[in-house]
Amino acid sequence: MLLLGWEGFSRSGVIAREYFPPPSEVVVALVRMLGEREFLLDLVATLLAWLIAVGLAVLVAVPAGLLLGSIPPVRTAVGAVIEFLRPIPAIMWFPLFSVILMDGPETKIMLAAYAAAWPILFNIVYALGEVERGYIETARSFGLGRLAILLRVKLPDVVPFAITSLRIAATFALLVVVSTELVFGGDRGIGIYLIRYGEESGRLDIVLAGAVVAGVVGYLSNSVFSALQRKFVMWAPGEPR
Amino acid sequence: MTGRTEAPARLVAGAVQRWAVFAGCLLVWQALTAYFDDTYFPTPVEIAGKMHELWFSGPASHLFLTTVAIENIVPSLGRLLAGWLIGGATGVTLGLVLGRSRAGLDYADAIINFGRALPAPALLPVFLVLFKIGTPVQLATIVFGVIWPVLLNTVQGAQSVEPVMVDTARVYGTSPTRLLVTVVLPASLPKIFSGMRIALGLSLVLMVISELVGATNGIGYQFQLASQSFDLSAVWAWIALVGILGNLLNWLFLVVENRALGRHRASVG
Repeated sequence: MLLLGWEGFSRSGVIAREYFPPPSEVVVALVRMLGEREFLLDLVATLLAWLIAVGLAVLVAVPAGLLLGSIPPVRTAVGAVIEFLRPIPAIMWFPLFSVILMDGPETKIMLAAYAAAWPILFNIVYALGEVERGYIETARSFGLGRLAILLRVKLPDVVPFAITSLRIAATFALLVVVSTELVFGGDRGIGIYLIRYGEESGRLDIVLAGAVVAGVVGYLSNSVFSALQRKFVMWAPGEPR
Repeated sequence: MTGRTEAPARLVAGAVQRWAVFAGCLLVWQALTAYFDDTYFPTPVEIAGKMHELWFSGPASHLFLTTVAIENIVPSLGRLLAGWLIGGATGVTLGLVLGRSRAGLDYADAIINFGRALPAPALLPVFLVLFKIGTPVQLATIVFGVIWPVLLNTVQGAQSVEPVMVDTARVYGTSPTRLLVTVVLPASLPKIFSGMRIALGLSLVLMVISELVGATNGIGYQFQLASQSFDLSAVWAWIALVGILGNLLNWLFLVVENRALGRHRASVG
């Protein structure tokens, strides 16, 4: 419905066509781009960078979150620093990261991993603080040690929160990968493709098609995590805040 | 998130503790950077000096603000707040309507899910082609990014309104618009506020990102200049500024939220 309206409005010529292409033109551009080797390589580069970043973030943030969440004094100490760092966009660390890592995909991967690590860390620490005291007391009275309690009592309770945080983390990582490509360029990536073939020559159909691709990637990732969440909510209903 | 329910005394103690830790970290950072003396990692004292030089060494007639501060920080804040408010108002309005209309939500569901999945910076090339370089690029990016979290939160809030309240208002013959404004809106406020808070943090990020490529002034633009000319202490100064602004905005928002929701809780409960 909306697409039809858009098509009609754009063809009616109220606004110059170059500034407002009908969806059919965007679809044509999209199909052409998807058949283009250049674009596919860029897309794969972005997707790979994104997946590696999310993977790295999970590897670092999950153990770190479990550790921080289990030791309250450490939690408050690190909390202050985290609170200050959180509002700073990951992309602002680019100049410093690129010094350490040199120019290459490593920089955008590390930046995205950095951005993705925060929501995971934060949610796990928060969820650990919310575990029902009764469960822990019961486990303790059965003679379970601290590590056993952490792994067998607290961890299952934390899983639903962790999955939600993964969804947010994946969104953040995609945002950072694409913005780094747009702002700082590099060898490959859809952000670089969009600037080179779309923005610089003012091709609105190409940049819109690129945005659609980014939206589809984000949408698919959201769907995967929602499905995972639904699966786990069956045994642990916990709507994270 | 749990801050609202904590007693004031504990809140103060918590704040003191946090600041003490923060100061401790600054000291460690100072010691480490002074010891290693790396050009890329200036000491906090150097950064603070740079911040003073960049922004606060102006004439007394301008409240000691420099032209750099007036011509960059002020427009950035303006864009941030304008984008946040426009996006927020749109999100709240749409959310209230959609939250009360099953059919409307079914129609909009696909667009909402797609819109919130689309990373706002991916639209930067689109906005750059449409608006060239300037404030409209920042506004469009921020508005697009901010609408979705506010919209989704408002929908949740509007859906959670007690049916009895709505029915009572209907019995008294309240018009649908009046019902939205006088019954649904107040009841959805807690959710709306949490959406607006997420949106505020997002606005700051999107303001900076969009200024990196699509502006001729502003915090992001100055940051980009500093990093291109390898003025590392200036790079750090702008990063610190964004951190301070982010915390300040968040704190101001919490103050306003506590006031507004305090009255709300009193009137509801």
